[in-house]
Amino acid sequence: MEPLWFAIVSGMLAVYVVLDGFDFGAGFLHLIVARNDTERRTVLAAIGPVWDGNEVWLLAGGGALFMAFPAAYAVGFSGFYLPLMLLLWVLILRGLSIELRGHVTDPLWAAFWDATFAIGSTFIAIVLGAALGNVLRGVPLDGTGTFHMPLFDTFWPSPHSGVLDAYTVLVGVFTLLALSGHGGLYLAMKAEGPVHDRSLRAARLSWLVAGVLFPLVTWATAQVSPELPGAAAQRPLVWILAALVAASAAALVVGLVRGRPELGFLGSAGTLFTLLGTAAAARWPVLLRSSVSPSLSLDAFQAATTQHGLRIALSWTLVGLPLACGYFVFIARLFRGKVRLET
Amino acid sequence: MSDPLFWHRLHFGFTVTYHYLFPQLTMGLAFLIVLFKWKAFRTGSTLHDEAARFWARIFGISFAMGVVTGIPLEFQFGTNWSRFSHFAGGVIGQTLAMEGMFAFFLESTFLGLFLYGEKRFGPRMHLASAVALWLGSWLSGYFIIATNAFMQSPVGHSIGPDGRLQLEDFWAFVLNPWGIWQYLHNMTASVVTASFVVAAVGAYWSLSGRQREHATLALRTGVIAGLIASCLMVFPTGDRHGRLLAEKQPATLAAMEGLFESKPGAELAIIGQPDVMHRRLENPVVVPGMLSFLIYGSFGSTVTGLDRIPVDRWPDNIELLYYSYHVMAGLGTLFIALMALAAFLLWRGRLEETRPVLWALMLAMPFPYIATTAGWMTAELGRQPWLVYGLMRTSEGTSPRVSAGNALFTLIGFSGLYLVMGILFLYLVGREIAHGPGTPSHQTRVTRTPDLAGEVG
Repeated sequence: MEPLWFAIVSGMLAVYVVLDGFDFGAGFLHLIVARNDTERRTVLAAIGPVWDGNEVWLLAGGGALFMAFPAAYAVGFSGFYLPLMLLLWVLILRGLSIELRGHVTDPLWAAFWDATFAIGSTFIAIVLGAALGNVLRGVPLDGTGTFHMPLFDTFWPSPHSGVLDAYTVLVGVFTLLALSGHGGLYLAMKAEGPVHDRSLRAARLSWLVAGVLFPLVTWATAQVSPELPGAAAQRPLVWILAALVAASAAALVVGLVRGRPELGFLGSAGTLFTLLGTAAAARWPVLLRSSVSPSLSLDAFQAATTQHGLRIALSWTLVGLPLACGYFVFIARLFRGKVRLET
Repeated sequence: MSDPLFWHRLHFGFTVTYHYLFPQLTMGLAFLIVLFKWKAFRTGSTLHDEAARFWARIFGISFAMGVVTGIPLEFQFGTNWSRFSHFAGGVIGQTLAMEGMFAFFLESTFLGLFLYGEKRFGPRMHLASAVALWLGSWLSGYFIIATNAFMQSPVGHSIGPDGRLQLEDFWAFVLNPWGIWQYLHNMTASVVTASFVVAAVGAYWSLSGRQREHATLALRTGVIAGLIASCLMVFPTGDRHGRLLAEKQPATLAAMEGLFESKPGAELAIIGQPDVMHRRLENPVVVPGMLSFLIYGSFGSTVTGLDRIPVDRWPDNIELLYYSYHVMAGLGTLFIALMALAAFLLWRGRLEETRPVLWALMLAMPFPYIATTAGWMTAELGRQPWLVYGLMRTSEGTSPRVSAGNALFTLIGFSGLYLVMGILFLYLVGREIAHGPGTPSHQTRVTRTPDLAGEVG
């Protein structure tokens, strides 16, 4: 049961990154690709009906983590106390910016929420990346089975590193660029005219820089977590997922080069999902790597609840997850096509 | 200042209380919006359609506030209560994860459709999305109450060899009798809140001589739904909840009622302040025998008082618990009186001429919020000193690595943010009420070009 639940939880969180990722990317690009009120309303209308549903994947994935691996949820969330609280405040402000901007017709009101939306989305994209960086690099889990870390301490990764160091910031920046490319493709798909053109250009540039950074990120990951490549190379699933990364990335490149945002978006969604999947498959069974000593790491077997509990949860997940996917397809089909504002 | 437990408790208490100001309106309002939509759909009444659209705008604002203030709560179990999450996650993680899977996806999907899709997808789809929102929000409430019910009266679990709770009987856990009565009590309360808000807005329009037809509709709907729901709060939901309390949490019941001595023919305190040090009620005004009657159906039955319970199992803030309970019960009684009077006048066709009652209905709006908050304080303070009743003390549940200072710092951060949000909420809802039904004050509807990019999911 543990491998299955490890896969379900990782999969749900990866879906979260793919889905909320495009609206974070759209937010990062908001002030750049949309220059006047109509264009900005177009961007918001493109994500308006879906962003809340996208964010639910975080809550559902977090809930699944809580249920399946209570120890990892407890140790991880309390260990990242301050950064998580900062993230929550920004998530709140950003959610409000999307929902409240349209309620008052006033340029200052709109400008305030536009800026909140853009800054909030940018911050969250970087923080999500840095969080992934922390999971890959490890946290100072000690003999008590808990950890606490400062926001930043040493510049280069070390057992004393804070949440932010050169490595996690690098992953954060890479994530921002990748999500910017992802969101740019979404906007190119949903918008017409200048917003479409600027979004496509932004997506090309973002993915280009992200592509250049990718080998550096991979190399740095092997440096901070030396046991990872060796373990990963022996797992067939890692190779399959890595092949899927390559295939998705090919679709992404074709979509970007030929200016076909639909293909590019599917490619970028696939790339993000399989990249995260590869990382999770390589990382199994470790949930929280200890940067103090590998023997202190928290793995899925130690953190899991009982087999009975996991089996029960699997039975309702087999009902609930297809329903959730069904809603998503339903809403995506209803709101398919280009966004146009009606005044 | 240096005791982390206190700040962790206040942190969760504050954020959850503030959050629940919004869902209690949206859950009840979802039900009333379905009624308006249904009527409009069946009869083609534009009045009901306009009313549904107006309340949907208020609903949208309140729902957004509820969503963004709800996100932190799912994190806070881990951030501030890590030992509790570690201990109980194997059981309560089930219902929390199910809430995401079954309720949040349903709600969030149909919210977009409900708020943005009326013109594009027609009245049938719009009614269906209103129904889905109502079901989703009420389902969400069930999973949360089932989680809380486990903390109040644990069932369906066992304690594993590692000392952590594990799930034994899923259905016993999900269908906890405590949870079922608490759920019905709570959902009825959300209808009370929504009815009072609808009636208050109707009273405001009526008093200011605007929106005549809408004022009448809002008053009629609010008063009738409000009277029915207020009565259901007392019987059967409150009554059955009280009996469960006597059975499962006698210490809580004794503290709520200020009953320091076990006795036959126990009296019901209407007024009085608990003096815990001397173990008595100050200036008590009581109804003799009434407590025994309410709980056991006979005036002579013996009700357990605090004297039969070891002091280390007493709720740790008896005064606040006592006041919360009495505020809830007292307001609940006044709600029935006010709504019964308004319903009588409505029946005689004189409600809109009786300005003092309209004033009372308008000014009554905050009180269901106070009563609901007091009710939840009764439940949560009454559970003390336990986090999971009889299994884990609250003092054993906090995060060991999170200091008092960090908890206080983030509590202050939440307070500031929530203050700003409260002002925004009142401003936006005030604008909508002042504007009234009719053309919306904002335009963010979207349309699509016909089947242009149909291949894209």
